[in-house]
Amino acid sequence: MSDPTILAADPLAEEDAPLPARRRRPLWHKVLSNWSVRLGGGFLCVLLLLAVAAPWLGTIDPTEMDPASGNLLPLTHGEFASLSGDTFNHWFLMGTDSLGRDIWSRAVYGARVSITVGIAVAVITLIFGLLIGLVAGYFRRLDGLIMRIMDGLMAIPGILFAVSLVALFGGSMMTVILAISVPEIPRVARLVRSVVLSVREEPYVEAAVALDTPTWKVMFKHIMPNATAPLIIQATYVCASAILVEAILSFLGVGLPAEQATWGNIMAEGRAQFNQFPHNVLLPGALLALTVLSINILGDGLRDTLDPKFNKRGE
Amino acid sequence: MLAFLLRRIVATLPVLVIVALIVFLMTRLAPGDPAAAILGDNATAENVAKVRANLGLADSLPVQFGRWSWQVMQGNLGESFFMRIPVRELIAQRIEATMSLAALTLVFTLIVAVPLGVIAAWRHGGWLDRSLMGFSSLGFSIPVFVIGYVLIWLFALKLQWLPVQGYDRMSAGLWPWLSHLLLPALALSVIYIALIARVTRAAVAEAMTEDYIRTARAKGISEKQVLVRHALANAAVPIVTVIGIGIALLIGGVVVTESVFAIPGLGSLTVDAVLSRDFPLIQGITLFFSVIYVLVNLLVDISYLVFDPRIRY
Repeated sequence: MSDPTILAADPLAEEDAPLPARRRRPLWHKVLSNWSVRLGGGFLCVLLLLAVAAPWLGTIDPTEMDPASGNLLPLTHGEFASLSGDTFNHWFLMGTDSLGRDIWSRAVYGARVSITVGIAVAVITLIFGLLIGLVAGYFRRLDGLIMRIMDGLMAIPGILFAVSLVALFGGSMMTVILAISVPEIPRVARLVRSVVLSVREEPYVEAAVALDTPTWKVMFKHIMPNATAPLIIQATYVCASAILVEAILSFLGVGLPAEQATWGNIMAEGRAQFNQFPHNVLLPGALLALTVLSINILGDGLRDTLDPKFNKRGE
Repeated sequence: MLAFLLRRIVATLPVLVIVALIVFLMTRLAPGDPAAAILGDNATAENVAKVRANLGLADSLPVQFGRWSWQVMQGNLGESFFMRIPVRELIAQRIEATMSLAALTLVFTLIVAVPLGVIAAWRHGGWLDRSLMGFSSLGFSIPVFVIGYVLIWLFALKLQWLPVQGYDRMSAGLWPWLSHLLLPALALSVIYIALIARVTRAAVAEAMTEDYIRTARAKGISEKQVLVRHALANAAVPIVTVIGIGIALLIGGVVVTESVFAIPGLGSLTVDAVLSRDFPLIQGITLFFSVIYVLVNLLVDISYLVFDPRIRY
């Protein structure tokens, strides 16, 4: 066995081994020790668990209706007779809507829709925004044309665009996700393009080009990593806004079909009787606001810890 | 000066063309045949073909786009499929309510957001600053229709101070008009206040670190003068820019708010058009709102001349 003191005295050994670990760990530690990240991430983990464990949380089929037990107040206990003929006792934690559907079940299953839409839109927007931004920033000839198209897309107000697209192409999960993604792509593309423009003239990029590195490799291995941190931060904001827009689409009656359990659909159904039963709008509304808020807080925390520009200002 | 104005105006033309192209393609690429939709379920194949020819749908896409743009430039946005009224007329009928709502929202926003942002920047890190940042995160997260319903519940149902829903034209008198708009404008302004207060705070805080602020203070002028004449005046460009960009938020919010408060404006017209799949109407409104957005941002560009005399392109 070697003597540890001798090993420590060897300057090369010390410099070689712990350096990667030293550079890697603190970033994750830093991210996870940020209170915004903990708070926002914590709530999202709870929501994710709720969505995954939906069938075991005292829920029933969210589309099942029993007109006889319609408009129950929250926290009532009663008998539920489904249309297929089963009758059972059930705790209506958040009451029922006018058709006698259990709102707690609809809210918990609705979380699945919101999470799916949020993540799908964030991923689609990132992929397309990244590709478009890389191409626009790297190939000067295409830059003008691509960015004019992006300007045009951005000139159409996002919600209006999404509403029109869903109306024209029909309200399914796929169209809702795409309709929300399209207006968001230009923002990500612009962000990526600005990063590309700022590093394109750096010596290490010029060196890579001079060494005949294939263009795709320069773009993805040398330029793209610079965009990772801003993209992660942007993705959280896109995800939050996608969840909001999905709820707005459902609420206006142009999103997913009305019988499907989404937070927007619960609120749309509760609108007509808002005077007597405000909780049908306000409870899902609070859940929605809390979800979007925690994603935004998570994004703020990530920005504070990941964004190099912000760090430099802080030091 | 004139050359600058001309150049800015010319620069918006390609954006307008792209917007027109997107709006045009949107309805052409949608599944379903408008001719079949007009004629209903009992249409025969010949009738559909005839209507298609009448609507000009039989021509190639570039020809259709050329003809459509030519009509749009003459102010002809087509006719609603279902109401059989020119789209332009429908927009004209509804525009007063929407413009009133948007204008009042903008007034609320500027009155609240700019002073809040300036004070937050002045007392950087203080309790007001921190609560403003908290409020602004909250404002970005609560959907406008939830705020709308909370306001209805509190001020219209519980306190009964204001009407629940609806709209009265300006010609009906100031109070009937205003009373119907107060709650919707308040609901709509929350997200806008969140945005503008945040940007004002950041821009003023940055200006406060400049040397001229120290000079102004050394000169012995009052702190209010320092904040307004020096810090805010120098922060004007980013603030005005975000007001312009925020118009997109405002337009999206109008669609939702008008639906919640049953205001017969362009927003509720949009929702009606969308629910009945009225292609020309959807196309017309989307184009109209986008042009408004582009024009507002052109005005913002031009306003830089006033707010920052250094800018001379």
